[in-house]
Amino acid sequence: MPVFAGSELTCLRGDRLVFTGLDFRIGPGEALVLLGPNGSGKSSLLRVMAGLLKPFRGQLSWDGVPVPDDPDGHRAKIHYVGHLDAVKPVLSAVENLTFWANLGGAPDPRASALAALDRLGVPHIANVPGRYLSAGQKRRLNLARIIAAPATLWLLDEPTVALDRAAIALFEGMIAEHRAAGGMVALSTHTDIATPGARDLHLDDFTPYHDEHDEDDMHEEDAA
Amino acid sequence: MTRFLRLVARDLRLALRQGSDATIAVMFFVLCVVLFPFGVGPEPNILARIAAGVIWVAALLASLLSLERLFQNDYEDGSLELLSLSTLPMEAVVLAKTLAHWLVTGVPLIVAAPLLAVLLNMDAEGFGVLVLTLSVGTPILSLIGSIGAALTLGARRGGVLLSLLILPLYIPVLIFGAGAIDAALNGLTPRPHLLLLGGLLAGALPLAPWAGAAALRQALE
Repeated sequence: MPVFAGSELTCLRGDRLVFTGLDFRIGPGEALVLLGPNGSGKSSLLRVMAGLLKPFRGQLSWDGVPVPDDPDGHRAKIHYVGHLDAVKPVLSAVENLTFWANLGGAPDPRASALAALDRLGVPHIANVPGRYLSAGQKRRLNLARIIAAPATLWLLDEPTVALDRAAIALFEGMIAEHRAAGGMVALSTHTDIATPGARDLHLDDFTPYHDEHDEDDMHEEDAA
Repeated sequence: MTRFLRLVARDLRLALRQGSDATIAVMFFVLCVVLFPFGVGPEPNILARIAAGVIWVAALLASLLSLERLFQNDYEDGSLELLSLSTLPMEAVVLAKTLAHWLVTGVPLIVAAPLLAVLLNMDAEGFGVLVLTLSVGTPILSLIGSIGAALTLGARRGGVLLSLLILPLYIPVLIFGAGAIDAALNGLTPRPHLLLLGGLLAGALPLAPWAGAAALRQALE
């Protein structure tokens, strides 16, 4: 069974060090919850995991094989949910979803798209154009995307933004199901998402200056 | 390959439903050419003399018009990010979007061009070559333009910057495109010009998606 791991990761944004010396490991059925205040690098870490951002130092690997050696294999294994919902205003919900399912390699994209909308509790929006969807519906559509085509690892950046309670419950069920089938999840959140048995990763542990004293040191170094 | 075609189909569907890009490009093209008889006067010989150049310059400007949004919408709504994470290589994404752009904005120009040639009193001998040069030339315009669109992604006033970046690169296409028509009208063979245009297309076809993909990756970081 696959294991996704990162070792000694350092992330640099501009000339600001976001985190350094970060290690993580996600095995089959495991979930990693990223915690930390705003700006602690949760989104950056998820983008690094997805391959959208190159780590300044350190490496990601699947079963010990570095991701840069097999970038296509990595992309085939992940689903990423970012802050944007990627919903086209002039396409209907099911057309939006079918396109992504197709690209993700689902055998019957339209059927999986409809099933995914059903799973997220919004079968009635299937033929509604994207521009008429509410923020919550767009978010459900985006989450439907990750079950419309299969992938091992879900990278979810604040997935429950704009969702109502009912949707969060459905979403928790989705995660549990995915993990039960051997899938992996890494997610960042500010609200409580029930992920029993998940491991927490506190990002401020890896931030080089998380209190005022350290920050002063940094400025002194800069000045020198 | 099927995923490549899916992306082309999606972009075509988006363009057709929004409807503005295709019609704006071709309307701009027509209006731009129609302005010339008003500006230089209705003297048939002068119009016939400048017809090839005018139509080609108008085609350049018309194709530039919609290039700014080639990647902009996908970038802003997060689709580009997801496309870059799909198993479709970024080069294929650029090529697919460029192909869709050409089908939506380039092909209508080719169709409209002979009508404008009649308007400008161009000799009928030039029509075939005019259509031929535009058929080879407009894909080059879209390809070169895709590099500019990728480079200016996320920049403020990207459209203006794009024009400044891309218009100088359009000059060779303009020279050989208009040159081929002039040659045909003067009883010479347009073949050398057409071959050079073909060479430009053969060069741009692999190079532009490659450069565009590199620029997009940079924009997404």
